Amino acid sequence: MLLVWPIALPLSTAVLCLIAWHSPRVQRALNAAGSLGLLVASIAIITRVLDEGPVAAQMGSWPAPFGITLVADILSAAMVLITGIIAVACAVYGWAEVGAGEERNGHHALTQALLGGVCGAFVTGDIFNMYVWFEVLLIASFGLMVVGGGKAQLDAAVKYVGLNLIATLAFLTGVGLLYGAAGTLNMADLHLTLAGRQGETAIFSAAAMLMFAFGAKAAMFPAFFWLPASYHTPSVTTSALFSALLTKVGVYAMIRAFTIVFDTSEPAIQNTLLYGSAITMVVGVLGAAAQMHVRRILSFHIISQIGYMILGLAIYTPLGLVGAIFYLFHHIIVKANLFLIAGVIGRSTGSEELTDIGGLWKRKPWLGVLFLIPALSLAGVPPLSGFWAKLLIILAALEEERYFIAFVAVLVGFLTLYSMSKIWMEAFWKAHPGGDDAAARPASYWLYLPIITLALMTVFIGLNAQPFVEAAFASAEQVLQPDAYIAAVARASEAAELGLTFESPAASGVPAEAAPTPVEPIENPTGPPEPEDPLR
Amino acid sequence: MNSLILTTATRFLTPLILALSVFILLRGHNEPGGGFIGGLLVAVAFALVEKAEGVEAARRAMRIEPLVLAGIGLGCCLAGGYWGGIVHGDFLRGIWPWYEEYGLPVGSILLFDLGVYLAVAGTVSAILFGLEEAGHAVAGRDD
Repeated sequence: MLLVWPIALPLSTAVLCLIAWHSPRVQRALNAAGSLGLLVASIAIITRVLDEGPVAAQMGSWPAPFGITLVADILSAAMVLITGIIAVACAVYGWAEVGAGEERNGHHALTQALLGGVCGAFVTGDIFNMYVWFEVLLIASFGLMVVGGGKAQLDAAVKYVGLNLIATLAFLTGVGLLYGAAGTLNMADLHLTLAGRQGETAIFSAAAMLMFAFGAKAAMFPAFFWLPASYHTPSVTTSALFSALLTKVGVYAMIRAFTIVFDTSEPAIQNTLLYGSAITMVVGVLGAAAQMHVRRILSFHIISQIGYMILGLAIYTPLGLVGAIFYLFHHIIVKANLFLIAGVIGRSTGSEELTDIGGLWKRKPWLGVLFLIPALSLAGVPPLSGFWAKLLIILAALEEERYFIAFVAVLVGFLTLYSMSKIWMEAFWKAHPGGDDAAARPASYWLYLPIITLALMTVFIGLNAQPFVEAAFASAEQVLQPDAYIAAVARASEAAELGLTFESPAASGVPAEAAPTPVEPIENPTGPPEPEDPLR
Repeated sequence: MNSLILTTATRFLTPLILALSVFILLRGHNEPGGGFIGGLLVAVAFALVEKAEGVEAARRAMRIEPLVLAGIGLGCCLAGGYWGGIVHGDFLRGIWPWYEEYGLPVGSILLFDLGVYLAVAGTVSAILFGLEEAGHAVAGRDD
């Protein structure tokens, strides 16, 4: 049951929010409680995964590959954990930020549905099921984008939905091709079935389809333009949630699919990812340089940062993946925090257009410090978390003698610094063009609480990077050598077939490391899966 | 719209369609049908009331906010999942507590299907009512 909670808790909260439709106050409390519950569940999962290795469960006691598998290795568990952290931060921030109209239109229920979809995509071990969770989160995010009800929101939502539907269609087509070629969609089973068949045309086309789909979800070049067109229109709480989670689901899916299902060492796949990610980095950072709206600048930076993460995968060495995973974790905290700060900047100065605002350093020096922490971390200034993330990626590139790519990565880091100092100079340093107390709305303390917490996390990860890098190493090892992952699925499947509830390897006396890789149960489930089922 | 024929027919058709939707829901166990189609039929029944007598009347006839109905439906689905989790330790496992003794094929799967039924009925009605009201709002602005 443990693995079900990250999905069931947010969805249950969404249901309660819908039932409490007429009371935004109750919904607000439910949203916070549900997010807190998600955080607790995610901590339970990651503790268990770090202790025992990957855990898996079969839904409804149907053995793999027929039943839906939920699996958590360190990567999944860490992603769920960070989702929980961001959920709580956004729930608290939302108390003071989300408008009454948005709350009446279902902001809280949709937020929880989105979290359920995101967590579902992170823990599922079945690629079709992943498609379903993508749909859940896409529908929820579409709703969240339009709850404000303004013209700008609708305009943004049309672009957002348009491109995302195309990506989803490509995803489904790829999944269909894969099923036709392999006869299974369970990722552990696919890994075994596709061993030695990577060069086949069908597999290759499926890889191309999925690469496009995940690339578009992650806002990679060339399918990135939906992101800067839409992320600055909804409430700040919503755009922080989007910026933290949505593109990262795409990156996660890319890492998952292109390690366990497809072989990234195929030159065509590797080169596409490698140069795609390099162009993504450059395009994103140059796009940001041309913008003057705070949240639009930050949106373009998401794109360039996505390039780093995909680059880590594309290098396809343990160190590269460590970099990608560490980057993923660090980036979610930093980027969400920057969006939250952008909200406070907009509130304290009356606008998010850099040309219209200024003078914040004089009025709110602490906000300046809080801005500098994630901004410098994003640019990769030591000793903050972004420095280690960039260092790992660049080291991995140098180790593989990809000097040009490493050079691009360093250059993009400098350009990021340029954009961040632009926000700093315009919003904080120069005087407010309309006089210093113009158009300011008071910013409640609830806005600062999540900002301070996330900034402290960035500093903590930066100063204390060793355990995080070690966890990332363990995680990269699991991702590149998925034996433990497959063994966990096989155990869960076997337990489901015997009609037993899944026991952890520790409970049954088998240490996770020593567990062999019994793969037969996945491939040949015998007999009817549920003998006591009366209608079958 | 103001049509005597439609209004009168609606009086008969709505209960019939609602009864049919329950039949389709239950039939869906082993034959074509099920929660989704049943839910669509419920939405059709209320859409008929809406067309004949207006959104206000349809909302009154429904007695409950459509999105709340959808929420209750999703809640039933989740409850069906939790049921298996609590009784058997496996989320979403099918549980048939009264089958062995009384031959009643009632259990967590029917609860799940009922959830789909309510969720579809609520969501589709919410969309239809919302569109109708938005149409009125636009028409009102034009006048």
